[in-house]
Amino acid sequence: MSERVYVGHVGIGAPVTGPALVADDNFSARYDLDRINGVFSRPSHRLFGESYLGKVLVLNVAKGGVATAWMLYEMAARAKAPLALVLNFANPIMAQGAAHADFPLIDRFDCDITQAIRSGETVTVDPSAGRVTVRG
Amino acid sequence: MRLTDEETAMLAGKMGEPRRLALEHQVKVGRFFDAADMVPVSQVHIMADTEALGEAGVEFVERIATYPEAERRTVVPTVTDPRGADFNAYKRLRQQEEWIDQEGRVIEAFQALGVLMTDTCINYQTVIPPVLREHVAFGDTGSSIYTNSVLGARTNFEGGPSALAAALTGRTPRYGFHLDECRRGKALYALETRPQDWADWGAVGGIVGRGMDSYWTVPVIAGVDGAPTSDELKHFGAALASFGSTPLFHMIGVTPEAPALGDVFDGPSPEATRITRADIEAFYDSYGVTDDRLDVIVFAAPQLSLFELQRLGRLLDGRQVHDDTTLIAATSPENKNAADRMGITQQIEDAGGLLLEGVCFYQMHAREIGDANGWRRLMSNSAKIVNILGGYGYEPVLATMERCIDCAVAGRIVR
Repeated sequence: MSERVYVGHVGIGAPVTGPALVADDNFSARYDLDRINGVFSRPSHRLFGESYLGKVLVLNVAKGGVATAWMLYEMAARAKAPLALVLNFANPIMAQGAAHADFPLIDRFDCDITQAIRSGETVTVDPSAGRVTVRG
Repeated sequence: MRLTDEETAMLAGKMGEPRRLALEHQVKVGRFFDAADMVPVSQVHIMADTEALGEAGVEFVERIATYPEAERRTVVPTVTDPRGADFNAYKRLRQQEEWIDQEGRVIEAFQALGVLMTDTCINYQTVIPPVLREHVAFGDTGSSIYTNSVLGARTNFEGGPSALAAALTGRTPRYGFHLDECRRGKALYALETRPQDWADWGAVGGIVGRGMDSYWTVPVIAGVDGAPTSDELKHFGAALASFGSTPLFHMIGVTPEAPALGDVFDGPSPEATRITRADIEAFYDSYGVTDDRLDVIVFAAPQLSLFELQRLGRLLDGRQVHDDTTLIAATSPENKNAADRMGITQQIEDAGGLLLEGVCFYQMHAREIGDANGWRRLMSNSAKIVNILGGYGYEPVLATMERCIDCAVAGRIVR
């Protein structure tokens, strides 16, 4: 079985493995998600209508406002959070939300991570090593 | 991260569990961003609305509030962003009783920590504006960008958990916009037209925000002929922060860190992106609709200043909002009190409008109240709110305050 490894900055949260959901688009819990039903609800988002539950979200940058910092914790408490977030660039809000919820987050790779991983691939996210492993 | 003796003691739990949890959180965030140490902050602004907090967040704050007073009390002045419900208006808006119960619980918990319930996103206009180079921890994108850019104080976006941590420790990790090197210009925009209205300024903020590629990109705006007003910069900044997730801009000849173009970039200035009147019109058109249905008109995000309230009152004076539409404005409790005293609330309410205090529309379970009231087509002069509410199931339309009111009176979208 082949493996591809991508290394970013050391992240936050515990290691997880799951299927990737990937788009060359950005992320905000408040702006983009229907957090009750666990789907992307912003019509202009490339993942509009897709469920993010049980998925490792691989997206470009963190966007939007400050609410995601509280919302990740609340989503995790209701089992309505994605498995992990893998971004090209996080912002403080994502990092603060991940720290509060102990939610897996990695960013700052040496490549465009949204082009390196395909939706449906199984990925392991290891924040303490800042490493994402894709199993082919 | 380098920690002082006091911080080390805090992290060891010697100042109580709330401060230990707070510092532990800050160290995680600080390490994520390679912060060298902590920086003391003089005041904190915290997002405290229950839509963002949810039940889990409310329980978290309640848990902190159960510790002894000496362990749970904030150590720097801490004020709140808008709440999720106006207790005098929630029934009219068909908000659910369970949210009102949550609001009451979280207010009690925050007050037990010594938090000042200002319930405003325009604390820089109505509470205590920070001063040049003052380090603060502000938890609203609009208040953060105004504070960084217009006032020259220093903050990152501090989400609720981090703002609460800063309130409990009196410091925040020193990274991002606390550092000189992060505050340098990264992109240049040349404004070739003078925005004529608050909504125009929001549109320009939205145009620049759409062009931002991350939190760390600092846009520089050139070509602004004469200082905009506080409310104009408020709409510009709120939209820029909303569309771009951007906490700082420089405006040449206007903002304190940008006296001249040569002062803001490391190296030569990048090529400027022009913004023309046609770009502003195209931005409005991007929220165009094909029929004239209109359900709700909202003036909020940011909450209205006293000057905006006066203009709203004058525009509504002697007119009547159509029965098929709802007109809502939101402001801070202090401004609402002033509007009550000065007859502005009466003007708005006599026209059939609703002036809410201490809330902002999008923080009030906007999706659910939209469903409960049959609101889909929404009109606002706030570029920020039209950006947010697209994801909440609304069909938002951006227009000037005058046009919004003409449409509210007509009960449909008129040209």
